[in-house]
Amino acid sequence: MASKIDVDALIGNITAELKARIEAGSEEPIMIGIHTGGLWVAERLHKMLGLKQALGALNISFYRDDFSRMGMHPQVSPSKLPFSVDDKHIILVDDVLYTGRTIRAALNEIFDYGRPASVILVALVERSGRELPIEASIVGKHISLGSHEHIKLNGPDVLSLSIIEAL
Amino acid sequence: MRRTNIQLDKNNNLRHFLSVEGLNRQILTDILDTAESFSSIGSQQVKKVPLLRGKTIANLFFEASTRTRTTFELAAKRLSADVLNISISTSATVKGESLLDMLRNLESMHCDMFVVRHGESGAAHFIATHVAPHVSVINAGDGCHAHPTQAMLDMFTIRQHKGGFADLRVAIVGDIKHSRVARSQIHALTTLGVTEVRVIAPKTLVPREVQSLGVHVFHDMEQGLRDVDVVIMLRLQNERMKGAYLPSAHEYYQLYGLTTEKLGYAKPDAIVMHPGPINRGVEIDSLVADGPQSVILDQVTNGIAVRMAVMSMTLGRSATQGSVKREATKAGPKAGKEAQ
Repeated sequence: MASKIDVDALIGNITAELKARIEAGSEEPIMIGIHTGGLWVAERLHKMLGLKQALGALNISFYRDDFSRMGMHPQVSPSKLPFSVDDKHIILVDDVLYTGRTIRAALNEIFDYGRPASVILVALVERSGRELPIEASIVGKHISLGSHEHIKLNGPDVLSLSIIEAL
Repeated sequence: MRRTNIQLDKNNNLRHFLSVEGLNRQILTDILDTAESFSSIGSQQVKKVPLLRGKTIANLFFEASTRTRTTFELAAKRLSADVLNISISTSATVKGESLLDMLRNLESMHCDMFVVRHGESGAAHFIATHVAPHVSVINAGDGCHAHPTQAMLDMFTIRQHKGGFADLRVAIVGDIKHSRVARSQIHALTTLGVTEVRVIAPKTLVPREVQSLGVHVFHDMEQGLRDVDVVIMLRLQNERMKGAYLPSAHEYYQLYGLTTEKLGYAKPDAIVMHPGPINRGVEIDSLVADGPQSVILDQVTNGIAVRMAVMSMTLGRSATQGSVKREATKAGPKAGKEAQ
């Protein structure tokens, strides 16, 4: 089922929706992708929208709420926000919105860099199972999944979605 | 005495960090990679991440130190841990019994980590063998034995400037005999696979066993520095120079002090390092220490990220980590992130 989802088409739809929002606003926003899948999606959106500001990358590993349970994963790439976030309108991009905890961590991290004017959330896929009061502003596709199922974005050259049954 | 296994838990994760010796290339590379991800935190407006919130780290310094203690303290604070700084007078000899009593007391205050600097070789190892199972110990320098976080921040600085280790020739110059830094550096450099490690020093300051570590010994700067990519200067440790190792500091400078002229023997893009504190005009000329090839202040900056890496790797283990990791692999790495 998941393999039939056309990821590029979803990104095209999101681009159109974002474009309308950006044109309605007064200043150009800055875009930040969440490692790893969110960054892949953000790279495509950033290019299609032709945003002038460099793309930011966020690695939320150090802001996770389950560090004491999960421990450290050594190969994490650093966050790179090559701009000031102060008073900026930010488009935060992730691949899958699930529990909402990743976004909670990402917001905390962004605020450690400064105080943005606003943040909107773009998710390629939104699935059921929210544990925090967090919703996306723009969603590519809604998918219902059981708690034992996981959806995963494969990349980075060709993007595709796969659903994995966790035992 | 084998110091290897006590540093690793049953899942081969770093539990204590006591010595570079006995750790494989993968673990050393993990430390460098983790440190790299921490290096961006210094540029945040809020220079802090909540990773070790609620953990308590005690800095036990039985020997004076400014740079090491402050960078350990900063590293812990940037990880949001609470820090206790305890300086124990060097004049009061701390015997086994009272040291253990002190440990028990600190454990009763629910400390999660001891960072130990001690004048006796093996002190951190001794403490690590006696702490409670949840407590980690980091060696911040013990006698003439090891100073592993210094060695790793040096490796980080080398990788930052040279991109890797494979083709490098590295010369360590100075008082090898009394230097725990040199010992840890030699182990780290050989484990990470550099082409050649050289030590350059007068005969009196080269320990006999050093050749068994796979290094080449030189007594002359011109020969020793030829074709070298990295020059690591060591401090002439006046406080450890009790015997008649050298005729005079002046003569030492003439023969082994790093001047612009002597640096000219090394490769033109060679970098100059020094663990600090530097003795200007004793082992290094100010023109070199402050010159374009010097990365001495980068070493200080990198020390914070490397210490953050070691602290979070040792405290970031948990009893369930092995099984969680396996599950995460099954469901794909991304599933782990989503389900956090």
